[in-house]
Amino acid sequence: MGFKDYCFRKSLWVFHFGGASCNNCDIEILDCLTPRHDLERFGILLVGSIRHADVLLVNGSINRRDRDRLLELYRQAPKPILVVAIGACGCTGGIFAEGNTFAGPVDKIIPVDAYIPGCPPKPEAIISGIVKLAGKK
Amino acid sequence: MAVYLFYFLIFPGLLFMAVAGALLSWYDRKITARVQFRKGPPLLQPFYDFFKLLLVKETILPKHGSRSVFLIAPLLGVFGAAMAGLFILLPLFDIETGFRGDIIVIFYLLTLPSFSYIIGSLASGNPLAAVGASREMKLIISYELTFLLVVAAVIMKSGQQFDMNSIIETQQTGRPFIGSISGVLLFVAGVFCIQAKLALVPFDMSEAETELASGIYIEYSGPPYAMIKLAKYIMFFILPAFLVAILMNGMNPGVNIIWFILKILGVVLLLTLIRNTNPRLKIKQASGFFLIWMNLLVVVAIVLIAFGL
Ligand code: SF4
Repeated sequence: MGFKDYCFRKSLWVFHFGGASCNNCDIEILDCLTPRHDLERFGILLVGSIRHADVLLVNGSINRRDRDRLLELYRQAPKPILVVAIGACGCTGGIFAEGNTFAGPVDKIIPVDAYIPGCPPKPEAIISGIVKLAGKK
Repeated sequence: MAVYLFYFLIFPGLLFMAVAGALLSWYDRKITARVQFRKGPPLLQPFYDFFKLLLVKETILPKHGSRSVFLIAPLLGVFGAAMAGLFILLPLFDIETGFRGDIIVIFYLLTLPSFSYIIGSLASGNPLAAVGASREMKLIISYELTFLLVVAAVIMKSGQQFDMNSIIETQQTGRPFIGSISGVLLFVAGVFCIQAKLALVPFDMSEAETELASGIYIEYSGPPYAMIKLAKYIMFFILPAFLVAILMNGMNPGVNIIWFILKILGVVLLLTLIRNTNPRLKIKQASGFFLIWMNLLVVVAIVLIAFGL
């Protein structure tokens, strides 16, 4: 692992995109940032602008309206960017997979680097997923 | 000539200030984490952030707006911060004496980073950045008068001396200015000015993570954002150093260096605790706070100085 790569993996800034989720995954993601779980010890920060992001967290089912927004966000993000699909909805569509407005799970729209299944995944699972992502390669 | 370049680029210039500032910003984040019962980031975190932005990330230019100004503005910020830091640290570390009136020059150079952020964000053509820039402008108008009054009061207290070196010497031969009532009042006003200059929490309305999505920096990515980070790190070191120099008798040679470091850490600790225990103010409240209360405080201090207290 080179110096550049090392710096990148030690300082992942996260941008959170909530699709048409049932809101449980959003709450679990916010849980990761609370004192109990504290993602900052891995250098992970939640940022408000996609221009600063290194990781795009996507949760919830992606419906037809979300798809354009998600694509636009992915295009606006400075590369390299990692995409993490969170929850059963993000990974496969979950209970919404048969829905009328469903526009495919995340990996049909943009390339995904990590999947964190669960409905909703526990904060521990999310942390373990992100740490594995940071240690990849 | 070469020696000045060395001063500017290595010690006590760009490199030294950046490293010191980055460590201080880690200290700030760590204290914040401890206040919130978290563990906090590792020691080298600011360096990881900086090098990641500088070496790894891609720069995205805004479609609307002026690209060259957008890219030059962060460099202007770094230049202003490094220049101001140089004029502060050379007399402070007793390397060069500086010149008559350099405290005024320092005062103007210290505003340069804020102005560069405004210029850069307005050049990006993003509406949220524009809102952030207008807030930053109002904030500058509010705190700058107070800061100037603090500097003026210090000049008055040192017996009309306009350069850093003699201000520090006056304190080292006599006693530090903070050891008097007027000095304490000036210190309070100075700390709040620094808080606003660094855009830390009660006065961070121009960044406003939650409502403006980092406001003035919203369009920056990659190396230009790394430059902004660098300017911020430098400011994080030189502003407390400036306060220590003008009110808390700077640095004596020898082992007293430890005292100097402790003083800086103490000032930063104060800033961090203020930032962690206060909610963000509205811009109107911040203006009122500086224009009425802080100015009043400094005027009282000046009156006290006139009576020799
Ligand atoms: S995965 Fe489950 S918890 Fe998460 S958004 Fe979908 S339905 Fe809700």
